[in-house]
Amino acid sequence: MSVLTSARPQVVAIEASEGYWRSVLRRFLKDKVAVAAAIVVLAIVLAALFAHWIAPMDPYAGRTFRRLRPIGTEGFPLGTDELGRDMLSRLIVGARMSLLMGVTPVLIAFGIGSVLGIAAGFIGGWFNTAVMRTVDVFYAFPSVLLAVALSGALGAGLGNAMLSLTIVFIPPIVRVAEAVTTQVRARDYVEAARASGASALTIVRVHVLGNVLGPIFVYATSLISVSMILASGLSFLGLGVRPPEPEWGLMLNTLRTAIYVQPWVAALPGLCIFVTSIAFNMFSDGLRSAMDVKA
Amino acid sequence: MTSPATPLISVTGLARHFAVRRDLLGRPIAVVRAVDGVDFTVRKGETLGIVGESGCGKSTTARLMLKLIEPDAGEIVFDGAEVGGRDLPLKEFRRQAQIVFQDSYASLNPRLTIEASIAFGPQVHGLPARQAVERARALLARVGLEPARFAGRYPHELSGGQRQRVNIARALAFEPRLLVLDEAVSALDKSIEAQVLNLLVDLKEEFGLTYVFISHDLNVVRFMSDRVMVMYLGKVAEIGPADAVFATPRHPYAGALLRSMPSMDPDNRTEEAPISGDPPSPINPPPGCRFHTRCSLAEPVCAQRAPVLGGGDHGVACLMHEAGSGHSRAVGAAA
Amino acid sequence: MSAVELQGLNVTFTGGTKPVRAVRGVDLGVDRGETVALLGESGSGKSVTLRALLRLNPERKSRIEGSIRVAGQDVMALRGRALEDFRGKVASMIFQEPSLALDPVYTLGAQIAETVVKHEGGSRAAGWARALELFRRVRIPEPERRLNAYPHEMSGGMRQRAMIALALACRPQVLLADEPTTALDATVQIQVLLLLRELQREFGLATIFVTHDIGVAVEVADRIAVMYAGRIVETGPVREIIRNPRHPYTIGLLRARMGHEQRRGARLEAIPGAPPDLSALPPGCAFAPRCRFAEPVCSVQDPAEEAVAPQHLVRCLRSAATLAPAG
Repeated sequence: MSVLTSARPQVVAIEASEGYWRSVLRRFLKDKVAVAAAIVVLAIVLAALFAHWIAPMDPYAGRTFRRLRPIGTEGFPLGTDELGRDMLSRLIVGARMSLLMGVTPVLIAFGIGSVLGIAAGFIGGWFNTAVMRTVDVFYAFPSVLLAVALSGALGAGLGNAMLSLTIVFIPPIVRVAEAVTTQVRARDYVEAARASGASALTIVRVHVLGNVLGPIFVYATSLISVSMILASGLSFLGLGVRPPEPEWGLMLNTLRTAIYVQPWVAALPGLCIFVTSIAFNMFSDGLRSAMDVKA
Repeated sequence: MTSPATPLISVTGLARHFAVRRDLLGRPIAVVRAVDGVDFTVRKGETLGIVGESGCGKSTTARLMLKLIEPDAGEIVFDGAEVGGRDLPLKEFRRQAQIVFQDSYASLNPRLTIEASIAFGPQVHGLPARQAVERARALLARVGLEPARFAGRYPHELSGGQRQRVNIARALAFEPRLLVLDEAVSALDKSIEAQVLNLLVDLKEEFGLTYVFISHDLNVVRFMSDRVMVMYLGKVAEIGPADAVFATPRHPYAGALLRSMPSMDPDNRTEEAPISGDPPSPINPPPGCRFHTRCSLAEPVCAQRAPVLGGGDHGVACLMHEAGSGHSRAVGAAA
Repeated sequence: MSAVELQGLNVTFTGGTKPVRAVRGVDLGVDRGETVALLGESGSGKSVTLRALLRLNPERKSRIEGSIRVAGQDVMALRGRALEDFRGKVASMIFQEPSLALDPVYTLGAQIAETVVKHEGGSRAAGWARALELFRRVRIPEPERRLNAYPHEMSGGMRQRAMIALALACRPQVLLADEPTTALDATVQIQVLLLLRELQREFGLATIFVTHDIGVAVEVADRIAVMYAGRIVETGPVREIIRNPRHPYTIGLLRARMGHEQRRGARLEAIPGAPPDLSALPPGCAFAPRCRFAEPVCSVQDPAEEAVAPQHLVRCLRSAATLAPAG
């Protein structure tokens, strides 16, 4: 046992390897599409955060005499809506609500879903069966229908809309979390950790979490676009944000009557939803490949 | 309680069946009898080699004896104390009995540095983090990986041979007495395999270890082992001193297995396969002697009666070696 | 004329950040009715060489240079339909994992029959008849029943036999085998090796057999070509290679192998170090850093091929020193 017991207070300079997250960043930066998507996402988030400083006009102030001006009108670069409000300002301010409704339910669902899924995957047995079969029940309904039904049952309003979206997103996240955890649990290093006599909690903390949270998170980011579209849908149906608050889905709804008068202006909120969700999707795709160590 | 003569580990009646298919009510339809009544002991300081083909239960046996899988039946006694009993809690047993797996990459947490992986075990057993890291670095140096270069690296930055050295260091960090090597060198290239085998031989002497060495490569098992156990479909076919088993195998299967090794003599190539066919599936194995379906010496009685492992130091489970078994070649039928 | 003729084969993988020189100037000829074992460790380029013969390496991520002639055809010049006809009909391949070659959703009989019909035309019934004949030939028990089985319903050894039957379905002239017995159990491996030896003789196939196991090479091959870091470092008749190895790497491999004479617990003569990084090869001989015969010149000068006995070629500057190896 000489090697182990001889106390050699020798200071060795350890060659630090590139840390995991740094290597992820390096790989991510090489992926041009993902970087472009990240810049778009960042721009939208910044626009949403500082909306009231950026917006050139008051998004609520309308004048009936300047309703539905086309794109490129002087003073209204993106035209005006059916109540004569500046579209550019409304779109910028509307990003806040849309992002809030896109991101918050996913984040909450990520927290709850991860805990349930990881527990189900790691504990296995009857607990796994109980959790997963419950989750399966939610899969019986299409997500749009489920969101609408829950929102309708809970009553219109921002909070209820977000709550119903959270419920919609928990099952898929649980499923992914359970699948990833089951995979990791079967790895030899987890078996080796069990052979070390470590408690289940320690094994989860040291060996499981680090290896499953990444993939679950990446999956969750891909749900943000879905959430935005569903949220817009709820607002469109009058179950989410109330007028006159600007929100892309709601704007799409109120402008639909103008589709024959100013089709391009009416399409703008839809375009915003489209671009944002695509950007989030490409961002999460890039993140997923960057997190693959062996690549 | 623990004299040098006490076996380090002794296993009796070890069994584990896995249900592979269940009906609607969850009752098993098909059962894999992975390990089905296995007895053996490992003496202090020796290396017991376990050989056999896929599905023979050698890896399951390793996991059962370390209680990584809960056995359905059987008793495991470690240095005179029952594992999990009052004198030897499971956690302490796990410190003293460690395992190295075949897949060097899957055995290491990809998110931990090499030194963190090695230091994890001692920390579980109460060693302060600083000392655990120190021990990890000392062990890295011992297994031939310069700590200054390797301690901070991640598993994917190492070669297969280097990772397996790390896995050996990880197991040694517990200061174990028993090390189970489950196909630990099988995935390595031949030139690297020889290096790791040399290291294992040295470490055994230096740390006073006892090995259970599992491999499908008979040459390697022969080189490493003092005693050898040959398994077939979840049962022990033969167990005995390595020289005796390799020179004069008593079980027909052991003999066939040895003769299946490729010849190294170009003028004396194998001309006829020692046995035909594939090993049967361990799902619903044949009745009686499990080898009778492929055995050239099998007689009707072999399909009815299961042989019992007997014969002392060089034990064999074969009706030909059981007096009065009814097999025409049975030894000393009259005596 | 040789059935297989490789000259100056270079394969460089360009998909990663740095080009990986997997094969560096391989010359190899295999005659009709001859079996050559390509022996080497992972990363030695043995499988890449084999795949190059069927142009199976990913074309966009690799650069292939040199001349590849199989049964008189210039493989590098084959395009589209001609390449498809070449694969399977002129030269076919068996793999370590039958699942790479066998389609899980079709029965084995259907797959073989389809291959026959595709390459040779004729009726489906004729294809089935050929499949049945082949199943008998590779000695699959109850061949009529097994033709209707799916790959997953067979054991590993039977699957491998079925893959051999599939590979021989169109009576190719060249058989390429990529570690076909590595995943098999010992008692099954020897059966498959003997079967391959027998079929090779019967069909007069030119066979290239890739393996990492010297014992397997001895069982099947007439000649052995030892590969290291993308190059054939020694080639010769099996007896010569086993009894008078002249390249230090071959000598090391033979010594590191635990044979009957190896005493238990005695130190093995391991080759120190590890194979070089193929994207950053050292100058001179690639084995020099691990070689106990190496001299300063070895890390400067690239060794040329030298005949040390009839048909026995070695790439080593120090081949005079390895004649009577010390120790």
